[in-house]
Amino acid sequence: MADKKPGLLTGLDILSVVLLLVVTGMVFFYAPLEAVMGAVQKVFYFHVATGWVGMVGFLLALAAGIAYLRTKDMKWDIAGVAGVEIGMVFMLINIITGSIWARPIWNTWWTWDPRLTTATIMELVYAAYLMLRQGLEEPEKRARFGAVYAIIGFISVPLTFLSIRIFRTIHPVVIGGGDPGAEGSFSMTPKMLQTFMFSLVVFSVLAVDLIWHRIRLGKLGEKVEALKMELES
Amino acid sequence: MNTTPEPLQATPFLRVMFAVIWKDLSAEWRSRELLSAMLVFALIVIFIFNFALELDPKSRAGITAGVLWVTFTFAGTIGLNRSLAMEKDRGCLDGLLLAPVDRTAIYFGKMIANLIFMLVVAAIVLPVYAVLYNNFHLFHPGLLLVIVLGSVGYAAVGTLLATMTVQTRTRDILLPILLFPLAIPLIVASVKASSGFLGGQSWSDLRDWVNLLVVYDVVFIAAAFMVFDFVVEE
Repeated sequence: MADKKPGLLTGLDILSVVLLLVVTGMVFFYAPLEAVMGAVQKVFYFHVATGWVGMVGFLLALAAGIAYLRTKDMKWDIAGVAGVEIGMVFMLINIITGSIWARPIWNTWWTWDPRLTTATIMELVYAAYLMLRQGLEEPEKRARFGAVYAIIGFISVPLTFLSIRIFRTIHPVVIGGGDPGAEGSFSMTPKMLQTFMFSLVVFSVLAVDLIWHRIRLGKLGEKVEALKMELES
Repeated sequence: MNTTPEPLQATPFLRVMFAVIWKDLSAEWRSRELLSAMLVFALIVIFIFNFALELDPKSRAGITAGVLWVTFTFAGTIGLNRSLAMEKDRGCLDGLLLAPVDRTAIYFGKMIANLIFMLVVAAIVLPVYAVLYNNFHLFHPGLLLVIVLGSVGYAAVGTLLATMTVQTRTRDILLPILLFPLAIPLIVASVKASSGFLGGQSWSDLRDWVNLLVVYDVVFIAAAFMVFDFVVEE
């Protein structure tokens, strides 16, 4: 069977789980407690890493969108959807972990800071991407429109960030002063930095694993569709 | 043979573009269905805002720009939806696409026609708003510039997206969902620049916002120019 799960993918699954366990252990037992913020600072190791994976997912969707329009190869469409779905999940984790951290540190769940706002608007852009795809039945047209929207959606992200940044420099910010990251910033000790870097690596491995799974699922779905068509005709 | 060249010869691209604009304007002149819907809608929105926000003179000063821009963008969405749905429903889009012309010229024709409709709505809503709220400071050149720049960007993205959404199953609800998240920088910049000009701030204070609007317009017109072919190809 050509559809058998590749051994390398199984290996990557196991590696991801082991690495996740190791990094969780490191966060709780190896990295020292931050002096001012205490235990809640530990959310940072997951927060930044999931945000990184989210951005990589959306970048993949952009690259796949451009590649699809150039080659019209369906594999790029599958890769684009994988990027968007994985990116959305991780960006959501990023927003929620940020909120958990902000509650004790900024004394609020939410503030209209450029990063928070842009991350959330990005979620809305890619939710719109998925809804656009749902409204289209023809696979070829779905792929084409999805690619176009992934490209112009990504272009809007820096402009959104910029617009809210200018908004904030004209108006004083209650929390965090002029610099969005000012309140609750800290400097990392070597052990913290090691944990942080390791966490980035772990989540990158996890992202590759999940995106691979999603692409495989997309290909299997395509095959099922083709078989259904064959049966009907 | 007498081969005197015509004195003013438009390029084929511009000819197609003007033909599409002219087609839209004359169809609208005869039916008036698009502009009347946009206008009635815009006026209703302003009335709803009046009661929802209790626009007394003091609170009004700060939110006039916001009310105006919500009105323009909502009315613009209706216009964009209708303008492309008309093409799709009667098979006109297919007819346009069969013509052996540059398709981006069709895009620019539709976009400029939509822009004209948005500006006509603004040109009627603005004096009505001024009369209703006795606020004749509205006709500030800065505000007019912002309305033009904001409408250009909105029509550029909106025309591209509406061309896609009219081809989907869920078209009427889909356009705002696709368009609003992309239009956020445009709306933020337009509202802030408008309320700055209305509040008497100087050009140099508001240069950032006007620059952002120009950048948005250029970036999205260029992007639409590059991808429009993929949206209409069969």
